[in-house]
Amino acid sequence: MIEAPRYYVPHSSPWPIIGSTALAITAFGAVSFIHQSTEKVAAEGSFGEPIFFIGLAMIAFMMFGWFGIVIRESVKGMNSVMMDRSYRMGMAWFIVSEIMFFAAFFGALFYARIMSVPWLAGAGNNLETHVLLWPEFADTWPLFMTPGGGITEAMEAWGLPFINTVILVTSSVTVTFAHWALKKNHRVLLPIWLAITVALGTTFLTLQVIEYQEAYGELGLTMGSGIYGSTFFMLTGFHGFHVAMGTIILFVMLLRSLRGHFSAENHFAFEAASWYWHFVDVVWLFLFTFVYWF
Amino acid sequence: MAVTADHNIPNRSPLMAFLSRWLLTTNHKEIGTLYMWLSFVLFFIGGAMAMVIRMELFQPGIQFAEPLLYNQMVTLHGLIMVFGVVMPGFVGLANWQLPMMIGAPDMALPRLNNFSFWILPFAFTLLISTLFMEGGAPNFGWTFYAPLSTTYGPPSTDVFIFGVHLMGISSVLGAINIIVTIFNLRVKGMTLMKMPLFVWTWLITAFLLVMVMPVLAGAVTMVLTDRHFGTSFFAAAGGGDPLLFQHVFWFFGHPEVYILILPGFGIASQIIPTFARKKLFGYHSMVYATASIAILSFVVWGHHMFTTGMPLTAELFVMYATMLIAVPTGVKVFNWVATMWRGSITFETPMLFALGFVILFTIGGFSGLMLALVPADFQYHDTFFVVAHFHYVLYPGAIFGIMSAVYYWLPKWTGNMYDERLGKIHFWTAIIGVNMTFFPMHFLGLAGMPRRIVDYSLQFADFNMVASFGAGMLGLTQVLFLYIVIKTIRGGKKATGRVWEGAEGLEWTLASPAPLHTFETPPKFPTPEEDYPRD
Ligand code: HEM
Ligand SMILES: [Cu+2]
Repeated sequence: MIEAPRYYVPHSSPWPIIGSTALAITAFGAVSFIHQSTEKVAAEGSFGEPIFFIGLAMIAFMMFGWFGIVIRESVKGMNSVMMDRSYRMGMAWFIVSEIMFFAAFFGALFYARIMSVPWLAGAGNNLETHVLLWPEFADTWPLFMTPGGGITEAMEAWGLPFINTVILVTSSVTVTFAHWALKKNHRVLLPIWLAITVALGTTFLTLQVIEYQEAYGELGLTMGSGIYGSTFFMLTGFHGFHVAMGTIILFVMLLRSLRGHFSAENHFAFEAASWYWHFVDVVWLFLFTFVYWF
Repeated sequence: MAVTADHNIPNRSPLMAFLSRWLLTTNHKEIGTLYMWLSFVLFFIGGAMAMVIRMELFQPGIQFAEPLLYNQMVTLHGLIMVFGVVMPGFVGLANWQLPMMIGAPDMALPRLNNFSFWILPFAFTLLISTLFMEGGAPNFGWTFYAPLSTTYGPPSTDVFIFGVHLMGISSVLGAINIIVTIFNLRVKGMTLMKMPLFVWTWLITAFLLVMVMPVLAGAVTMVLTDRHFGTSFFAAAGGGDPLLFQHVFWFFGHPEVYILILPGFGIASQIIPTFARKKLFGYHSMVYATASIAILSFVVWGHHMFTTGMPLTAELFVMYATMLIAVPTGVKVFNWVATMWRGSITFETPMLFALGFVILFTIGGFSGLMLALVPADFQYHDTFFVVAHFHYVLYPGAIFGIMSAVYYWLPKWTGNMYDERLGKIHFWTAIIGVNMTFFPMHFLGLAGMPRRIVDYSLQFADFNMVASFGAGMLGLTQVLFLYIVIKTIRGGKKATGRVWEGAEGLEWTLASPAPLHTFETPPKFPTPEEDYPRD
């Protein structure tokens, strides 16, 4: 028997370069798409949109290919304990970076609520700003009326957002049940709990779409309604995007579990997906507290 | 031999073989080489922009760079040097050295490593292509303050935004790879407190990268939505605040400047003991100092915003916290000097650059201390004094750090010694050039010459002329550096395995040039003296 390598080093791989090309195409397409479809630059032509989507499709293709090899390597048993640890640490630090991405927008939210809105209403040593620029402006949160006069209504916390909180917390529990089932090698319960988790994720997203429709249609709450709308949509939007990604990942895990990919001992991909899902859940709890509730 | 997936590469044309080698590689040494060359190429592009700036400032009045072009040069020069030269340069060194220094067979995630690198050429192609776009390249300075970048930014601002996103992805993935490699792949026996300092400083740098690059991504995203999707993060009429931009940016920006210097600290801590032929003085305090610098760097961003009317308590807190950083920094400088104390020092080129680093970086640290004083900064802010400060920490700091590392490890990489005489010429011209260029800027700033302005009033003429001559010299001598590197790659006196008499560490137990795959079976650590190859 050949001794297992201390640490498996793949020889060469086409997927990274495909991925970086895809990212560059997406970036280029995104710029053109935005220039051609918004007012600020109002560029002519419409090639940006297809290029953008071709780029995205290439990214998806890259992910299939890349994760495909990694899965094959894992199935062939090439991953030593050390390799497994590398993947674990890598995922953990990736989540740290994601937390910091959200931190930037939470920072903006707190800054607006604690600093800029009160200042514009004259707090601290800003009386003159207030009197000279926008004497009508009042400090409220949610910001119903911006200094410039834009008006919006607030999103009620205890309607859809609360239901969504319950859904997402439940889904964090169900994904843990799935994990327990996997650890006990329970081949029936695992896909069932996973399927329930995916269904909960999908419901969350559906309700969020309904919530957005309500915001735009009935409340007049848009990205353009001042700092309240800005932080609202930036935070919930990026969060929703992460839920969508997480749901897709969990769906893939469901398919893989049906194919019998995971074993009770070796199922890092599943664990990574569930870490990600818990992370998305925790971010939502902060969102619910600071964007909707208080 | 480790198990390898696909060994049987069919015969291909040389071009295809070349492309597939460099495009598809997962080898840390090849990827390290790619990073170093990218950094080198961008060094000349960014340098050419600096030449445009200095030529325009050679005399008062507007010679040939219109204000708009001048602003574009200032912006791109800064962005390219920070994100395209110093960061990839350090990552290239990390790629080459970390696995060899900790006895690992490669980086922990080799494919991700290739991905991190190959994002960068695309990102910089996008960034540089903005020069040819309608409305010109970004012109608001590397700090892209709102509303210059939101309301008034040219269309190319969006290319810049997505370019920064790409660089951010690259840096975060690269940093994760480095952290995982260091935590997971160290040879048995190398506990954390036995790691070489270059490894330590890179570990902390990578931590900073993971923490702050996503915040930069958040900042550019908010600029993007403010520009096109109606949000008002940085617009007071919507309840936001242009100052919010500065807070978010500098929350990234100050840790970023430590990202640009900590690996340099590590390099100096490797090189000085080698040429002083003594153990590093105060290893533990070096580690703790680096860690405390990194942690403090998260709470001092306000020192870039003293003149924005922050509340008094904030100004005071930031002032004291900033001055506090001088303490661990002082510890480091002290340790380097103490390492040399009573050593039997020789002055080969890497040591010369390391000494230049220690002395001139310290000058930059002192001017930083002056800037950290709130009332003094009211005068110095946005003058050439700030330009002098950060060039002293970045050129003889970060760039000299990279150069000394290149001279130090190039024999290990290529198997050949560089030309010592040319290396010394390079050093002396560079050190004279650096001081001639940047020292007069202190005086210009104190006398009130504002930064980022294409023209200046007459009394600043003399010092500017001196600076421009210095810059020309500094720029030219880098061509010599390029020549030296190429000459070394192509041949020269054969290097021994240990290369430097006083060098210690796992990388010196390998042959020179280091074979493509190293440490597939773990080496012994600590290295017994007989394991170093004899001359
Ligand atoms: C002793 C440590 C240091 C202190 C106390 C310090 C302090 C400061 C202060 C107060 C400013 C703001 C000046 C102003 O805009 O009015 C500044 C600017 C700057 N510093 Fe430092 N600094 C230190 C070290 C460093 C290091 C190590 C680097 C990078 C390697 C660095 C890079 C910069 C840069 C790039 C700027 C200018 C940013 C810009 O406005 O474009 N500094 N520093
Ligand atoms: Cu700073």
